[in-house]
Amino acid sequence: MAVTESAKSSHHHHSAQDEHLTLMLFQAFAKLLEPIYQGKKLTDPITTAKDKWALLPAFLKVKGLVKQHLDSFNYFCDVELKQIIKANEMVVSEVDPNFFLRYVDIRVGLPERQDSDSDADITPNECRLRDMTYAAPVFVDIQYVRGKAVIARNGVNIGRLPIMLRSNKCVLTNKSEHEMAVLKECPLDPGGYFIINGTEKVILVQEQLSKNRIIVEADTKKQIVQASVTSSTHERKSNTYVLSKKGAIYLRHNSVSEDVPIVLVLKALGIQSDHEILLMVAGTDSVYQDTFSVNFEECSKLGVFTQQQALDYFGARVRTSRKILTTRKSYAHEALEALATIVLAHVPVKNLNFRPKALYIAVMTRRILMAMANPQLVDDRDYVGNKRLELAGQLLSLLFEDLFKRFNGELKMNIDKILKKPNRTEEFDAYNILSGHGHTITQGMNRAISTGNWSLKRFKMERAGVTHVLSRLSYISALGMMTRISSQFEKTRKVSGPRALQPSQFGMLCPSDTPEGEACGLVKNLALMTHITTDDDEEHVIRLAMVLGAEDVLAVSGQELYAPGAYVIFMNGTPFGITRYPARFLTRFRKMRRMGKISEFVSIFINHHQGGVHIATDGGRICRPLIIVENKKSKVTLRHIKSLKAGKMTFEDFLKKGLVEYVDVNEENDAHIAIYEHEISASTTHLEIEPFTILGAVAGLIPFPHHNQSPRNTYQCAMGKQAIGAIAYNQFLRIDTLLYLMVYPQQPMVKTRTIELIKYDKLPAGQNAVVAVMSYSGYDIEDALVLNKSSVDRGFGRCQVLRKYVTTLKKHPNQTMDRIGDRKSDEEGNPIKKHRIIEGDGLAAVGERIEQGESYILKQVPTHTANNPAEGPQNRLGDYKDAAMNYKLTDPAYIDKVMISCSESEQTIIKVLTRQTRRPELGDKFSSRHGQKGVCGIIVQQEDMPFNDFGTCPDIIMNPHGFPSRMTVGKMIELLAGKAGVLSGNLQYGTAFGGSKVQDMSEILISHGFNYSGKDFVTSGITGESLQAYIFFGPIYYQKLKHMVQDKMHSRARGPRAVLTRQPTEGRSRDGGLRLGEMERDCLIAYGASQLLLERLMLSSDVHEIDLCENCGLMGYSSWCTTCESSKFVTRMKIPYAAKLLLQELLSMNVLARIVLEDEFPNKLQ
Amino acid sequence: MAPSKEELERRRIVGVELERVSNVTSTDFPGHYPGEDHSWNLDDFKKNSKIDIHKANDLDYEFDLIGVDASVANAFRRILISEVPTLAIETVFVHNNTSIVQDEVLAQRLGLVPLRGDKKGFQQLRWRKKSPDEPAAEATDFNTVVMTLKVACTRNHATPNTETDPSKLYFNSSVYARDIKFAPQGRQSSWFSGAGEIRPVNPDILLAKLRPGQEIDLEIHCVLGIGQDHAKFSPVATASYRLLPSIKIKKPITGEDAEKFVNCFPKGVAEVQKDKKTGENTAVVVNPRKDTVSREVLRHDEFKGKVELGRIRDHFIFSIESTGMYNSDELFLQAVQILKKKCTDFQEKLMES
Repeated sequence: MAVTESAKSSHHHHSAQDEHLTLMLFQAFAKLLEPIYQGKKLTDPITTAKDKWALLPAFLKVKGLVKQHLDSFNYFCDVELKQIIKANEMVVSEVDPNFFLRYVDIRVGLPERQDSDSDADITPNECRLRDMTYAAPVFVDIQYVRGKAVIARNGVNIGRLPIMLRSNKCVLTNKSEHEMAVLKECPLDPGGYFIINGTEKVILVQEQLSKNRIIVEADTKKQIVQASVTSSTHERKSNTYVLSKKGAIYLRHNSVSEDVPIVLVLKALGIQSDHEILLMVAGTDSVYQDTFSVNFEECSKLGVFTQQQALDYFGARVRTSRKILTTRKSYAHEALEALATIVLAHVPVKNLNFRPKALYIAVMTRRILMAMANPQLVDDRDYVGNKRLELAGQLLSLLFEDLFKRFNGELKMNIDKILKKPNRTEEFDAYNILSGHGHTITQGMNRAISTGNWSLKRFKMERAGVTHVLSRLSYISALGMMTRISSQFEKTRKVSGPRALQPSQFGMLCPSDTPEGEACGLVKNLALMTHITTDDDEEHVIRLAMVLGAEDVLAVSGQELYAPGAYVIFMNGTPFGITRYPARFLTRFRKMRRMGKISEFVSIFINHHQGGVHIATDGGRICRPLIIVENKKSKVTLRHIKSLKAGKMTFEDFLKKGLVEYVDVNEENDAHIAIYEHEISASTTHLEIEPFTILGAVAGLIPFPHHNQSPRNTYQCAMGKQAIGAIAYNQFLRIDTLLYLMVYPQQPMVKTRTIELIKYDKLPAGQNAVVAVMSYSGYDIEDALVLNKSSVDRGFGRCQVLRKYVTTLKKHPNQTMDRIGDRKSDEEGNPIKKHRIIEGDGLAAVGERIEQGESYILKQVPTHTANNPAEGPQNRLGDYKDAAMNYKLTDPAYIDKVMISCSESEQTIIKVLTRQTRRPELGDKFSSRHGQKGVCGIIVQQEDMPFNDFGTCPDIIMNPHGFPSRMTVGKMIELLAGKAGVLSGNLQYGTAFGGSKVQDMSEILISHGFNYSGKDFVTSGITGESLQAYIFFGPIYYQKLKHMVQDKMHSRARGPRAVLTRQPTEGRSRDGGLRLGEMERDCLIAYGASQLLLERLMLSSDVHEIDLCENCGLMGYSSWCTTCESSKFVTRMKIPYAAKLLLQELLSMNVLARIVLEDEFPNKLQ
Repeated sequence: MAPSKEELERRRIVGVELERVSNVTSTDFPGHYPGEDHSWNLDDFKKNSKIDIHKANDLDYEFDLIGVDASVANAFRRILISEVPTLAIETVFVHNNTSIVQDEVLAQRLGLVPLRGDKKGFQQLRWRKKSPDEPAAEATDFNTVVMTLKVACTRNHATPNTETDPSKLYFNSSVYARDIKFAPQGRQSSWFSGAGEIRPVNPDILLAKLRPGQEIDLEIHCVLGIGQDHAKFSPVATASYRLLPSIKIKKPITGEDAEKFVNCFPKGVAEVQKDKKTGENTAVVVNPRKDTVSREVLRHDEFKGKVELGRIRDHFIFSIESTGMYNSDELFLQAVQILKKKCTDFQEKLMES
């Protein structure tokens, strides 16, 4: 926010303070701006064509990478909370008519600690470590009746609201890098998430079909055309349909029991004349009139001619959900109420003026007529312009309103309870009740965010999986999560439409970054330069539109409405005006927007098919900035770029001066955008800032992605998130459940602009490996890699795995408490083997190596915890039993940290962090940045490695078979550019649709005495003779992925069995068996290996010996059949325990299964 | 029957073509041809083989090894990389380490620090562990060198408040290799005394960074080892060779082409000279040794058929970059010793059977 402020003021006058602020900002971002210059100084010539992209860092400087989340949350705190208070401001009593409590104002305070041990500000990192919630108190100002006076009280705490990190309520806002370091926070951390009970939670962006808009769809098979609207207001959410069935048009709504003919509805809404209806719906177009005329018959058949008749008919079919107690209203009354408040709830009905609503229904009907006449005039549900993105702020606002209503309900109930008492001892003060009710809101918020279950009573909304734990696998995975958009579509449905790449996604959503498999195409990611709008005021814009020459739509007849050349103007989907000069209106409107008279996020576009001008101010639209082009000239000129680079202008100034504007998907569709300046033609309206911004942050890591086959980029987007690297500057101060870190991460030799912008070069995840593309040893088939042992010795691919083990010392109901015990010693006084690393405090010593079975926390719990003393004498109070925590993994680790603290509920928590340092081994997974993953197949001694004329050995040998089918040309160019960079001593660029040119790279190679193609003369390290081929040789950025053999390898000969079935347990963590599955079984059957089958499925699994009676076919025991009471026919046989169990379970259900034995070869002896 | 002159020349050259290397030979008996007597002859060997030294710095050594087979040159290279024993840090006992560098990482960094000391002293040292499977022998002054690293960072109160450079604000804000101190055991004080004291080759290797209150206190044990076991024991940064390039001009290259031809090579490989007979500017190869075999000439059509690139099969330009424990030339001699020992050992084994 301060950025905006400073921009505003510095524009007009330069006070000293502003100057200081600007200077500070400039310094802070000087580093960011540095790489832009690429060795250029400010005085060097700059061309707009090349340097207009400098707007991008300027944009990100203002907006940041997760600005959508922050904006949304800030809007919630600053605006939406106040609206909610306004909508629910009164609490009145049903007992005392004089009593009222009114909310006047609401504020969110600064995050503060609940335990008052310390005065220091709470920091997010403290919350993470101590399993606390990062939340701030919510204060309200109230007026209420006490006795006979009205009393005002300000700053009443009504609960705690979890605070989004880096939002304007967070302690981290506007902190410098140094201040962040003091707070133990990483300055590169994007924020935008919450900390609930110590876990970082993200509210993912949700994609939805836009609310309050008409969507026309046709079902060609059923001959149905329908226009649907999802009305959404603060009070209710409902769907209204206008649909044509067998030529006639009806209105359908949940609260109406059957479809109502449309003419009848319009009559009920007060349009009684058939002629007026015809004009309102079909205008003067004879085709539409003909199609519509059937509907009049429909209505007259029902004998409805007047509004009263229509209301009676309608009212009879309204479903009432009212309590039985209230008196029944007349049908007409009920119809009026339903039409006013339930049907199309978002179209306001003031003073029983139904004309706007009638018009709205007429517009819907007309859209159907149009679609019937021309089947192409239907809407596309998958079109991004018809989508809205719901962000954290909106979701929280829904939740908060629900909780606030419940809070008020409870408040009212309690107030009533007290007011009911006839004679109270003291004067009643509602404040006392109010202040004691904070739990509803606090806990409701916490629970929803921590479980992700959004259940709202008002809308009957029950949504699960709204929040996710922020993935801290790597910096990129955290960042990628913040830009993720999840769709409401079911994943299981096999429809391709919503999954397909939409042309309207261009520049808004990343075309590459989507998961493979079931969520493919449903989970999307934002592109680099997108912004998501928040709600804006409609009234102001409508007034402006009127000033610009719009005529009130309510004042015109249908004839004028659809007169040729007349365009209806819609505000957020609702018609409010018409204009006869749409183009002029549009340009004027845009001019006003560019002048800053209205919000830059208001969009306007013309739909010529429907003859409408659409203005949108609603929140959740995706938009992006574009450079404005007027008269074949880009409005951003060299001068502007120069002052931007000099720090004299910010992105906000560009917006204010009307050089750049935000364009949403619908408006983008109406624009003619040139990608490069030389492509500008007479019809061009906008100029792209930079083409690579169509990609998101994660796809932006790929060098030369425009040379790759597209699925490879998608694969890399998935793998980039699994790469081990640096997580954050505060990575060693964190205690996460599982953290992977690379020991020596490097920034890539071949960077992209995006890498610099998202600062991946500061927190990289990979190393520049010298790669030789050749075959070697045969251990490199199927994408396996050959690693150089000396490289591994020197630290290539080395990584650390940090694991958290946590326990709490609980307080029990009977006043007993868990405690930490003392270590045990043997006769000589030395600690026993298991307690080898335990120190005097009963906790493992930091720095010690811990092995399987050894204890690290000597926790003890009371033997008796229940709160009833009549348990018996054996459970004396004060007895403890050991519940020590033991290290379970087979591979040893080192104790990295031990933390003792207490949580918000005053319980002691102990966290132990263990650390393993791992060098690459056979089977560890690596990948380049081009979706080319492979496991390490062999590690070869350096002297056996091939070497070039300079004695360089590769770190990795990659099999060339990886190239032809994958077509990752980008990888080859990366190698070339990387090699050129190494030789010339600088970093090369592989930015999408740009980057270093292959020709330039070849020239650098040649000038340093290398072959232009990057292929070197290589000698075999084994024979010492030259290789017969030249080898493609150079650096490629390789990522080590989190999948390591150490965590996966598993074998078992004997081991634990499941209790119920006595079959081997499942899974590595339980030392389980390796399953011989159905398909493997089929193979054995087909092969006829019956003895092997028997061994695998029974003998090695759950063989069980039973005593079977051949007489009755039931099981006995100890050679005795209890049914026949004889041992004569009892034989022993082996069957699977599971089979025995089945028989017995059947028996318990009164199903008797007998085993009848027969001789397999009865005639054998003859 | 003696081979023709052309045939001899053909055998001498490894062909460097546009997209392939021809004639690299990989036969069971390299250098043997049917119908000719190529049995090993000391006199012939003496006559044909030669060593020319081109660069002889302590750490950087370059010489031409001429007249031996690739297998011999390669054997030297391989031995240099992986079989010449050196002293390196093997075990680190951490008494205290409160720096941000974790114990394992610090130990690995220490291991890679090359050490040096009195070369005669090193001859006294013995193996601590002969093979990886064998348990280590007890540490004695013969097999273990002890060093210590004890650094604590403190605040420098003499600096003004405005100072931001950590190296001035604090004492010992960085731990360098020079802070590793030799702690001689037993007779080691006489073997490695004065200038021959065991110390890191490069005192300026950064090991860790510290801030006030942090401390590193280690006892370090160094042992002899070979590069095969771990790269830290490798005495060379790398040892490698390349074959001497040969550039043959088949038809005269004159005029502008000559200029272009010269530019296709690194500086000093070819020159434009006035032809004595025709007086035309003609390209002449001056020093093919400087060529980096970029094959740039082969890309251009003007030189098609006019130039033939190759490399001399038995002329190895050998380069050894020592990490500093021994000088590069000493390393080569050691490598020769080791190869010799291997041969005699093998011979003995053969005799036994």
